[in-house]
Amino acid sequence: MPDATGLELIAAEVREQLGHETVVDTEFFRGRATLQVNPASVRDVLRYLKEEAGETFPHLMSVHGCDYLPEEPRLGVHYQLLSMERVDRLNVKTRVTVEDPAVPSVVDLFPTANFQEREVYDMFGVEFDGHPDPRRILMPEDYVGHPQRRDFPMGGEEVLFTFNEHQVPRWYD
Amino acid sequence: MTDVEHTHDPLAVPYREREQSVSMERMDEPGAPIPGSELDEYSELFTINIGPHHPATHGVLRLLTTLEGEIVKDVVPIIGYLHTGIEKSCEDQQYWKVIPFVERMDYLSYYFNATAFCMAVEKLLDEEVPQRAQYLRVIHLELNRIASHLFWLGTSALDLGAITMLWWALRDRDMILDLFEMSSGQRLHTRYIQVGGVFEDLPPGWDTKCREFLARMPSRIDQYEALLDRNEILLQRLKNTGVVSEERLLELGITGPLLRATGNPWDLRKADPYSCYDHFDFKIPVGTTGDNYDRFRVRMAEMRESLKIIEQALDGLPEGQYISDNRKIALPPRHELATSMEALIHHFKLVTEGFRVPPGEVYQPIEAPRGELGCYVLADGSSKPARVHFRDTSFVNLQMLPDMSKGHLLADMIAGVAMLDPIIGGVDR
Repeated sequence: MPDATGLELIAAEVREQLGHETVVDTEFFRGRATLQVNPASVRDVLRYLKEEAGETFPHLMSVHGCDYLPEEPRLGVHYQLLSMERVDRLNVKTRVTVEDPAVPSVVDLFPTANFQEREVYDMFGVEFDGHPDPRRILMPEDYVGHPQRRDFPMGGEEVLFTFNEHQVPRWYD
Repeated sequence: MTDVEHTHDPLAVPYREREQSVSMERMDEPGAPIPGSELDEYSELFTINIGPHHPATHGVLRLLTTLEGEIVKDVVPIIGYLHTGIEKSCEDQQYWKVIPFVERMDYLSYYFNATAFCMAVEKLLDEEVPQRAQYLRVIHLELNRIASHLFWLGTSALDLGAITMLWWALRDRDMILDLFEMSSGQRLHTRYIQVGGVFEDLPPGWDTKCREFLARMPSRIDQYEALLDRNEILLQRLKNTGVVSEERLLELGITGPLLRATGNPWDLRKADPYSCYDHFDFKIPVGTTGDNYDRFRVRMAEMRESLKIIEQALDGLPEGQYISDNRKIALPPRHELATSMEALIHHFKLVTEGFRVPPGEVYQPIEAPRGELGCYVLADGSSKPARVHFRDTSFVNLQMLPDMSKGHLLADMIAGVAMLDPIIGGVDR
């Protein structure tokens, strides 16, 4: 893990190379280094960290979505970067609003993001611009809403059986 | 016939429309070339649906496969049939009640799910786990790894036509489940790993029984290798099939035995030792070419290494507590409840309200039987997590299936799914 100083150095390097507004914040918590970036520059920052940075992070291990309700901007997307050579992890995080949840897709840089970005879209409604196959992945394709958002209620959804399939709204769409 | 086959590149058609391409309508002129395509009627692409309910897909995995003759031209894994919203349910549970939920994600490696979650919560709480608890965790994790690999061995040999292996592998897995039952009271989904340690100390006689298992298992693995490794049918179906290069696997984020089969010795137990894995002497088996046979050999060798770890952990099992004595997060021992008012209060508070976790977010990766299992926990300061997300290994690994099977025979794809070892409970969560 880069330590707190190492994280600041990475942040300074990214700011110098890609412009000051790309890195919004840094956070070092329990040994986990987080670089918070501007949603529009996620792709540039990840490409820079993958290919050009002084200490590169060539592998993307995981993409997480999360909802910071009641904080604004609400939605968060985390990218877990890994360098197998240095056994080093860096977390890149971005925050988007519910009204404009657009993040550039990184599938062309990291093909592993394909399923994972689809999952984040499915569960949180974050739209990944440039994703080759922007569909839902776990929920049915005709599902309405993004169930992992914190304001999405648990339960209360009618279950489709033979006896009520005609009464459940939208079953025939 | 719909218009779909008339386009020049049938694979460019969205998969939804390809689903409708199979039609029972009579063709007008038998053998006539299809307009706008170089294919004639006999060599057209044929889209079939494998699954979701199919014994060779290891659960409810659906593969929309486009074939030319017997050659797989394209395969689209369609998942979500087993999605039960476990991660959403976790947000409504206190931290210690989340453990049984996450165990049910990847239902063959439940100790790993629980450990990843508990280690993430311990990191948030900044809580030290006693050494004995670490050893007990490692013993159970490695037993679980063997159990998971045995189940893989049985079911994938079944996919390849060797029915006997299923009963033999499950017989040995049953010995492990007996050990789990003895130490925790449950055979599956044991809820043994707790935040701060483990649920209970080892009962009397467990050590002997576990050593019996350790003594028996190596000869059993020899037997299985004698059965499978010299079997001409199995060798022909595994050798040089489903080869994917190391670079492509790294791009796809594949870890675990699938990556190690290509010769990359990436294993978090060695690379970034967590718990107490740095106390043990074990090797990381790797393959050479990354074909299905290497995947098979790597997993077989991993079982032997796990046996070594368990033996060393049993020998070196330190004395001490099996769970943290921080009463704010771990339940007090039962006998204290009768004598100590404080213990009773702690017990009551923990059971009714649970413990509060300071706000923050962590990611905890561990090496599960199928690769890197990561648990992301977002805490908002209450006694329930705001988000629990698993980077489930099967979910990520499934992305390599098209690379494995395109351009090969359909039968090789079935062997590929078997060696990929996806657990659909983990894929869909």
